[in-house]
Amino acid sequence: MLNDELTLAQEWIRDGRKVALATVIETWGSAPRPAGSHLVIDENGKFEGSVSGGCVEGAVIAEAVDVIGSGQPKTLEFGVADETAWEVGLSCGGRIRVYVEPVLH
Amino acid sequence: MKAADLETLNMLRAERKAAVVLTGLAAGETRIVREDEAIDGDLGEHVSRAFRTGKSATVSIDGDEWFLNAHLPPPRVVVVGAVHISQALVPMAKLAGYDIEIVDPRTAFATAERFPEVAVHAEWPEDVLKQRPLDAYCALVAVTHDPKIDDHPLQAAISAGCFYVGALGSRKTHGKRLDRLHASGLSQEETCRIRAPIGLDIGASSPSEIAVAIMAEIIQAFRTRGM
Repeated sequence: MLNDELTLAQEWIRDGRKVALATVIETWGSAPRPAGSHLVIDENGKFEGSVSGGCVEGAVIAEAVDVIGSGQPKTLEFGVADETAWEVGLSCGGRIRVYVEPVLH
Repeated sequence: MKAADLETLNMLRAERKAAVVLTGLAAGETRIVREDEAIDGDLGEHVSRAFRTGKSATVSIDGDEWFLNAHLPPPRVVVVGAVHISQALVPMAKLAGYDIEIVDPRTAFATAERFPEVAVHAEWPEDVLKQRPLDAYCALVAVTHDPKIDDHPLQAAISAGCFYVGALGSRKTHGKRLDRLHASGLSQEETCRIRAPIGLDIGASSPSEIAVAIMAEIIQAFRTRGM
């Protein structure tokens, strides 16, 4: 059986938790996780999976909690060229785009 | 994404069926596309490509951005015959990222000692395939040389639409095999899917070299399927 973020997201929803799904949609340079990688987050900021090697997950989780609240998807970008790189960036020098969406009933 | 779409996606994945999750990034709308669904235009071409390569990507069409997330079942190589070639094929398949398992009812061949770190079924293929059916993301490699063992899984692989069906044996052996398969009701069109003599023609001679030729042929079949 597939034991992964998508299966987990379904289980969390079944348990009545509110869930957002973050997905790497584009990468440039030496990004740690390929396009299609998932991070699943609940309304309390609990998460599983990864969209980077741990570099930007904190920021994605915070955005995901907002997305769960608003119900509106959001696209985030991280990388050395980004001004947020000084706070949360990819130390490997790559850039990634992450799509964060609510999983709606 | 809707919870119902997520359930559909997980169901397809559990059934070893391919799916592409198509997301319109501007509108935030998601749709699950199955492999047998046709989509028109440039987007359709990108979707076909995602199914073929298994690569997820963002594409831009007429100013609209779409993210295509490809979910392909992991390719599985089912080897009928716990022989010398199979022993060499196991580590090669694993290196290339393919799941592999061995089936051979001859208990002297199908032992954990000869095949460490891989699933070995010391049973008849018809019994194993009932429990673990073949599908379009399976490669069937028949290498026992024994019609009693090889013929049934070859037929099963053809009817399951395995992306690769290969059988060991000379042209003469294969000729006899085709006669038997046609007599049991398979059409010429179906049996021409069997790759025999097995493996790419690289002049392979030793069991390990034949395993290289088989693995290369499996990779070629997988990466060019549906083209």
